[in-house]
Amino acid sequence: MSDKTWEPRIVGFFCNWCTYTAADLAGVSRIKYASNVRIIRLMCSGRVDPQFVLDSFARGADGVLIGGCHPGDCHYVEGNYKCLRRHELLQRMLGDMGIEPERLRLEWISAAEGDKVKAVINDMVEKLKKLGPLDLPGRFREWDGELAEGAHADAGTAVPVPVKEAADV
Amino acid sequence: MSKPKVAFYWCASCGGCEEAVVDLAEDILGVVEAVDIVLWPVAMDFKKHDVEAMPDKSIVATLLNGAIRTSEQEEMAHMLRRKSQYMIAYGACAASGGIPGLANQFSLQELLKFVYEDGPSNANAAKTYPQTAHDDGGRRLTLPRLHEVVRTLDQVVDVDYYLPGCPPTPKLTAAAVGALLSGNLPPKGSVLAPDIALCDECPRKASKPTDLGFAEFQRPHQKLMDPEKCFLAQGVVCMGPATRGGCEALCVNGHMPCSGCFGGTSRVKDQGAKILSSLAANLVAKEEKAIAAVLAGIPDPVGTFYRYGLPASLLRKKVPGGE
Repeated sequence: MSDKTWEPRIVGFFCNWCTYTAADLAGVSRIKYASNVRIIRLMCSGRVDPQFVLDSFARGADGVLIGGCHPGDCHYVEGNYKCLRRHELLQRMLGDMGIEPERLRLEWISAAEGDKVKAVINDMVEKLKKLGPLDLPGRFREWDGELAEGAHADAGTAVPVPVKEAADV
Repeated sequence: MSKPKVAFYWCASCGGCEEAVVDLAEDILGVVEAVDIVLWPVAMDFKKHDVEAMPDKSIVATLLNGAIRTSEQEEMAHMLRRKSQYMIAYGACAASGGIPGLANQFSLQELLKFVYEDGPSNANAAKTYPQTAHDDGGRRLTLPRLHEVVRTLDQVVDVDYYLPGCPPTPKLTAAAVGALLSGNLPPKGSVLAPDIALCDECPRKASKPTDLGFAEFQRPHQKLMDPEKCFLAQGVVCMGPATRGGCEALCVNGHMPCSGCFGGTSRVKDQGAKILSSLAANLVAKEEKAIAAVLAGIPDPVGTFYRYGLPASLLRKKVPGGE
């Protein structure tokens, strides 16, 4: 992957009631935004297990974007607050593990804010382009190069296989 | 008929796992009666070449403790894997990286610099660092090479079973040895401990509220703790909810919260992420500043949540060049 063709890959975890609907609205309103996000619809931002975020990075995501309802608007009353609290501690932990704060972003985007979807995604793509690739799968391979007989591939903790896709999709 | 052969080996470990074997107490006589120990560097005088001379698969089981962080440990793990029918990751370090795995928060260069230059107890004005080879009057001395990354045993060789714990308890050790000798073994890859969270066998389980509602976190030394009440209910971080049981709540019975040495259950991919999720979600605060203030009571999330499992975590090691 040369630097010229590298585009950041973002995994988006969007809540069904607000941010996913906003992305839908952006679509039907023909609002154009950067195509770097792969959106995963969840019922609530409170469903975002920190394991999902770490797994996204470990499998090659350059950034993770979590979208939920504005405080007070959660369909399940408390879910977005749970997400906010996890996000706070997760950011600190990621910082300690050398992962820049710009790579994990939490945004409240209501169902009416199609334009905010565009603004947030475009802004995040810009920031990630400045940071460059995280490329954890590549780093895992590089680290394992120090082993005389190579890494044991079947381990539960083994290097995840990166998703194959052209960089310019 | 010859007795089945068993090997014990240690890599990056403290020796506590060897203690755990000895802690079988008089039961160890039964083990020694039933098996032939062919390698046990801490207790018996066998050499590497003795094992190398044995045919492949001639050892029934190797119980290997310690993480893998040097070229020598890697080589021994591969050699013992070839000689053994079953490779057992014995203890937290072999199973998930353990305390030595916390070194994955630093680069090798940072670690060596601290140990040989900056450490407050150092007297090394010449800044002498260990070398992998040195010629001394015609004799060539060699040392193993340190790896940049500390690894679990299963990141280096194929592992058949895991015995978690820091160290595994004598009871679980005896059960594992019994299973090996009788051939009554669970599916390959099993962890030889119950597959349920520690809270299930915790003596303070009854005092764990449904809604924890953390208003602050305090560490054990900052607080006079109620000896009967759930640690979480007292605002003290306890890894119990994200940790596999089987130790019979040894630490809780010693009036200390669980620190997570048994790793997660089979449904957990990343123990640290799981306890982070559980603790943070249960805060009372709703405003960013108030949330941050409560979470400041956990000053070292990586060292607290991944104390025994950083190499086995999803991120494995600190990204160099990052924060």
